Formats: sequence, C-alpha cells, structure tokens
Amino acid sequence: MVKINGESLDVAGKTLADYLAQADYDLQRIAVERNGEIVPKAQYGETVLAEGDSVEVVSFMGGG
Amino acid sequence: MLPSREEWLAALEARHGKEAQARFSAATVAVCGLGGLGSNVAIALARAGVGKLILLDFDRVDLTNLHRQQYRADQIGRYKTEAMAENLGRIAPYTELVTHTVRLDRDNAPGLLAGADVVCEAFDRPEQKAMLTDVVMEHLPSACLVAASGMAGFGSANDIRTRRLTSRFYLCGDGTSDVAAGEGLLAARVMVCAGHQAHMILRLLTEKPQP
Repeated sequence: MVKINGESLDVAGKTLADYLAQADYDLQRIAVERNGEIVPKAQYGETVLAEGDSVEVVSFMGGG
Repeated sequence: MLPSREEWLAALEARHGKEAQARFSAATVAVCGLGGLGSNVAIALARAGVGKLILLDFDRVDLTNLHRQQYRADQIGRYKTEAMAENLGRIAPYTELVTHTVRLDRDNAPGLLAGADVVCEAFDRPEQKAMLTDVVMEHLPSACLVAASGMAGFGSANDIRTRRLTSRFYLCGDGTSDVAAGEGLLAARVMVCAGHQAHMILRLLTEKPQP
C-alpha cells in the first residue's frame, strides 16, 4: 500500500504520472512530496510508487 | 536626519541579539510577488534587518490592491517593484534592494533567484505557485522555499499554520480556502499568512528548521 494524503491506496507499481492522471489532478496546480522530497514535475513519468511510500499531493489554492 | 548605519545595526542587535542579527544582515531573501503576501513579507524582513531583498513582480499598483497590500493611494499606477522599493527605503534605508519588474517563469527564475538563501512564494495564481515550487526544488538546490496556500475568506485566523513538507519546502496557510471560490481576501487574514511566511524565513536564517 502507498499512503497518499493520509489514505492507504493500492497503487504500488504505478507511476506517479499514472496515479495523478487517474485521480484527476491538474498537474499545473500541484506539488508532490514523496518520502520527504519534492518530486520534480519532469520526473513524474519515471517515478514508480513503491510499497510503503508516503506521498502528499499539495493542491495550491489561489490568493496572495 | 537618518540614523547612521552603525546606529541602525546597534538598534537591531539590541532587539535580536548580535548572533541572530549577523545572520539576518548576511542573508539574501527573494520575494516573488509583491501583493498581499509579498508586500507584507518584504516589510517584515526589511524591518528585521535582512541584508538583501530581491523583489519580483510584473504588475502595477491598482486601486483594488489597496485594501490589503502595503502601498499608498498616491502610488496607484506605479510598478509594485518601484513602489515597494520606495516604501522599504523609507522604512529600512540600509537594506539592499534589487528589483526585477518581470513575470517570473520557468526559464528566467533560476537566474533571477540565484544567490537567495530563502525564496518566498507570494504569488496569487495556483499555477504560478506550483511552477515556482518546481523550479526552486529542482534548480536552486541550496535555497529553501517558503510558500503559501489558503488565506482567503473570513475563516478563523487560527486555521493558518506553517508546515514543513521537506527539509527545504515550507507551506503556510489553511490549505483549503481559495480566492476562486469567491471568498475574497481580507487584509488581516492575508497578513497572518504573510506573518507566518516572514517568521518562518527568519527562523530558517537562524537555523531553526521547525515551524
């Protein structure tokens, strides 16, 4: 299982790009932290989610 | 008459202690976006005696900014970079200011932000926030980023907090309120978020990495 935003999901083996597309995230408005590091957008396609990973997808809100 | 540079430094050292002040004085912070967040962050950092501020914004001061942004009525129509540099010069005349009146993007950001110890993300659009996060994390490996997400509306000020997502990426805000939901932006709540950002930046400069 992979923990994403506090939820345990059965997505180990998928790429981060696949998961984000499946979950319908707008890639232009997010940042992804995986195991204590921000994953550069250029690496979403090659980042394979592994058993035990902890991921947070930050969806930026407007306003400043 | 203006106090001398030495008098100014002595006053700051008396407030912050010599050690912390030496760190502030030696620091460079880039403030990206000079709206409700960035104008308040810049003032807080200049008052604290941060040595050098890099100020970036492409926009001009508009009447609709004045309810929350630190400009004056007689500055409407001027570039925010120039207006903020003028205001900061009067508040903290010995802070070194570098201004870039430019729309920050993936290509120009690494060069414009080079040398910053900390980058403050103070944009308003989510796409810009995400772009800057990506660029700083990927291309400025020695800089920390203090970003903001969620400060709109009339919600409790106590919902705004600072989180440490990685050793280099901090996020301030309530995480959920969105100006696109029509909640508007209130000066005080935006200032709370800007205060979180400025304070986290000062903590980072004194090597206190926890929010």
